[in-house]
Amino acid sequence: METIYSKSVPGRRTTGLAPDPVKEGAAAFLPEGCLRKGLPGLPECSELDVVRHFTQLASKNFSVDGNFYPLGSCTMKYDPKINEVAAGLTGFTSLHPMLAQLANGQGCQGAMHVLYTLERSLCAITGMEAFTLQPMAGANGEFTGVAIIAAYHKSLGRDRRIMLIPDAAHGTNPASAAMAGFTVVELPSKDGMIDPEAIRAAIEKYGDSIAGLMMTCPNTLGLMEVHVKEIVELLHGIDALVYYDGANMNAILGKMRVGDAGFDVVHLNLHKTFATPHGGGGPGAGPVGVCERLIPFLPSPRITRKADGSYEFLTDAPQSIGKIGPFYGSFGVLLRAMAYIWRLGGEGLERVAEYAVLNANYMRVKLKDVLDIPYDRLCMHEFVASAPHGLRALDLAKGLLERGFHAPTIYFPLLVHECLMPEPTETESKQTLDAFCDALADIVAKGREHPEELAAAPHGLPVTRMDETEAARGMHLTEDM
Amino acid sequence: MPYIPHTEAERDAMLKTVGVASLDDLFVDIAQDLRPKSFLASAGLPEQEVRTLCEELAARNTRVLSFLGAGFYDHYIPAAVDALAGQSAFVTAYTPYQAECSQGTLQAIYEFQTAIARLTELDCANASLYDGGTALFEACTMCVRSAKKRTKIVLDEGINPIWRRMLATYARNLPVDFVLVPLKNGVSDKEALKAAIDDETAGVAVQNPNFFGVVDDYSDVFAAARDKKALSVISVNPVLLSVLKTPGAMGADIAVGEGQPLGQPLDFGGPYLGLMACKKALVRQMPGRLVGRTHDTEGRTGYVLTLQAREQHIRRSKATSNICSNQNLCALRALVYLSLMGPQGLRDVAENSIANAHLAAREIVNGIEGASLLNDAPFGNEVAIRLPVPADVLVQRCLVRHKCVPGYPAGRDFEGMENVLIVACTEKNTEGQVGILLDAIRDVIAWIGQDELCQARG
Repeated sequence: METIYSKSVPGRRTTGLAPDPVKEGAAAFLPEGCLRKGLPGLPECSELDVVRHFTQLASKNFSVDGNFYPLGSCTMKYDPKINEVAAGLTGFTSLHPMLAQLANGQGCQGAMHVLYTLERSLCAITGMEAFTLQPMAGANGEFTGVAIIAAYHKSLGRDRRIMLIPDAAHGTNPASAAMAGFTVVELPSKDGMIDPEAIRAAIEKYGDSIAGLMMTCPNTLGLMEVHVKEIVELLHGIDALVYYDGANMNAILGKMRVGDAGFDVVHLNLHKTFATPHGGGGPGAGPVGVCERLIPFLPSPRITRKADGSYEFLTDAPQSIGKIGPFYGSFGVLLRAMAYIWRLGGEGLERVAEYAVLNANYMRVKLKDVLDIPYDRLCMHEFVASAPHGLRALDLAKGLLERGFHAPTIYFPLLVHECLMPEPTETESKQTLDAFCDALADIVAKGREHPEELAAAPHGLPVTRMDETEAARGMHLTEDM
Repeated sequence: MPYIPHTEAERDAMLKTVGVASLDDLFVDIAQDLRPKSFLASAGLPEQEVRTLCEELAARNTRVLSFLGAGFYDHYIPAAVDALAGQSAFVTAYTPYQAECSQGTLQAIYEFQTAIARLTELDCANASLYDGGTALFEACTMCVRSAKKRTKIVLDEGINPIWRRMLATYARNLPVDFVLVPLKNGVSDKEALKAAIDDETAGVAVQNPNFFGVVDDYSDVFAAARDKKALSVISVNPVLLSVLKTPGAMGADIAVGEGQPLGQPLDFGGPYLGLMACKKALVRQMPGRLVGRTHDTEGRTGYVLTLQAREQHIRRSKATSNICSNQNLCALRALVYLSLMGPQGLRDVAENSIANAHLAAREIVNGIEGASLLNDAPFGNEVAIRLPVPADVLVQRCLVRHKCVPGYPAGRDFEGMENVLIVACTEKNTEGQVGILLDAIRDVIAWIGQDELCQARG
């Protein structure tokens, strides 16, 4: 499809969107040497040109609203429309974030009620003592969490440089730890789980250089870590902190509170567990919760409720790691999550976990004869599978696209051969899961008979398989490159 | 339960297929003593009640006449931005890993990258970062990575104090050393900037217009950096780039900025949009997603995520950054906004904002006894004015008495600037609004009694 730039016609525009031109222009106010030469090469289009272009672009996407989208570890559940209505209210959208600081919360009490209530709700859901809503994405929350761990040890005069991370962790974990100055030591898994023996060996080797452990639970194989208590005790035995990566929180809502289990820091992905839209890759939100002794290190400012029921921001926190985001988090995303929590309540959230896990196990059992299932046991909200002998995960993924299903996550975790990782979520019906499993069975059967046809899939979509080598070598990142 | 479609019969059939007796039996791997003793106590609400609750909370926020900017501006957002960027095929998709069913998102990112590269007159741009502050941080680490052993970043004090605080947080445990070069009465001290760039310097970072609204040309500072083999970073306001000398024309290596002015609502602090563009030679050092143009097996043009070897799912702890997403919907909004405005429309927005700020400055200086411009430097859509009263007190009183926020009190971040107010204008702040602003300031100054003034100063 042509780009918006190739639809541009010199001199075409929609008047009345921008104000009337200033007669004397910028030259009347600014010296020549500070001015741009010529206009930027932006599209010159009518409003209808623009509307049609972006409507046609939208039609080239799969989405949760249009397709089953079982992308593992991404929790692509339905995003309720009421959340969008709430987030679009002008009483919220028109609010300048600095207003709250200038007048001590005056004029912003409605928005601050949302933030405060969300923090308290997340505490009740996770069992943590306090939350910050500042982090602007999951990975940003990870950085916040490990920066808090670094600040904690530093405050005690310790030089602890090592962060333990299981080999199956998301790549963001080691990258976030490195940004906070840590050296990453990878822990080998055993039977798909963190092995307490590996932790003992690490403690033997590195002793009190260990600052903490980052773990995802259920882990990236979709399995519940069964040694949680032992792991937490081992780390706490050397006063190292345990970080809970909440990527897979959807599976344990109401079934386990990470605070009760002894985790010290947790980040949540509101765009996963709390149904804020993924937006094609963002914006998300990654609030971070901590246990009591880490509260002083939370990012500043923090929100508080005064005796009279009104809210204000507190900036006086000498041990705080500082500012993670410009203000108090991605408010629009936070508000959507709050609306979702209001709508579901505690009981509704517990049902979320139950049906997410039911759907995943149902698919796992239905696909037993279609795919290889390396961990053939109860899974949590997702599971991993291998493409059966002779077939590639990539080809199965493309075959699914051809039939109108988004593919599961493929080739992650790396330790599973030809890996596919489906995560159906609780909002999908039995009929949808059945249709997906039937389609996959058919793709596998036909792929064995005619592998060349499967290798050519998908057909019937806007494009066929793309030349990724050309993209990387050619580096055409703009219309001008 | 809301959004869970299963009937009881379906649930039971599925449990049977799985081979467990009850839903709770699915959770046998969570030890009984780890089961929660308490959980979120509140009950769920019907949709109508959630809507009413949110509407009531929205109404509790005050609508004000605002001249508050400080890096975040209230420009008009055309109706088509919400309509187009709000399409659920964009909103409820995810990362375009499967290119064949994600061409909508991919092409939009490619077009966004093009728009940002052209606005900044640099070679390429990424798919966006979280916000202007993290974009500036990532630019600083690009400088340090490129310079190998050098760790010093020369920072102009004119960079938004919020972002300078974010830099301190993010770089706390990294080998990056910031050297702050103070402003002179709100204006960059370019000689001091040049003098601070030495053989240890990895990069120099400035902001244009700076926090006080001052517009400058940093070409000579960037030339000095080039002489010392250091990189140049400039933080920009993307709307004003339609008028102001570009990063490319000044010789900058990296441009960053807060993309909020491009079609994003203020939204009490986000989500916002981090912009980043750079010279081609630096593209492999650039963090974040990149989309490239290529062809499919039938020769059709299409788009894919590319140069992923920089990213954390491959490089893990050695990645350029831990970011594994972009502010995709915000970037889409910016692209739609720029497409609707076009080059002339964007310039009209910028020039009207600048003209309104000059009008406001003139009116306040002429109409308020004891008010004067902080300096005689050229300014854009924002101007620093010295007042006869503490700006903080003025702002609070204006808000209470007139529901008007006259600007940002510079004394909150800069010593000796207690009486300085930074007044921002967009195209919305036209003559009529400036008149109301003037009346409000005049009234409050009269109203602030001599005693109260002394108290506030004390």
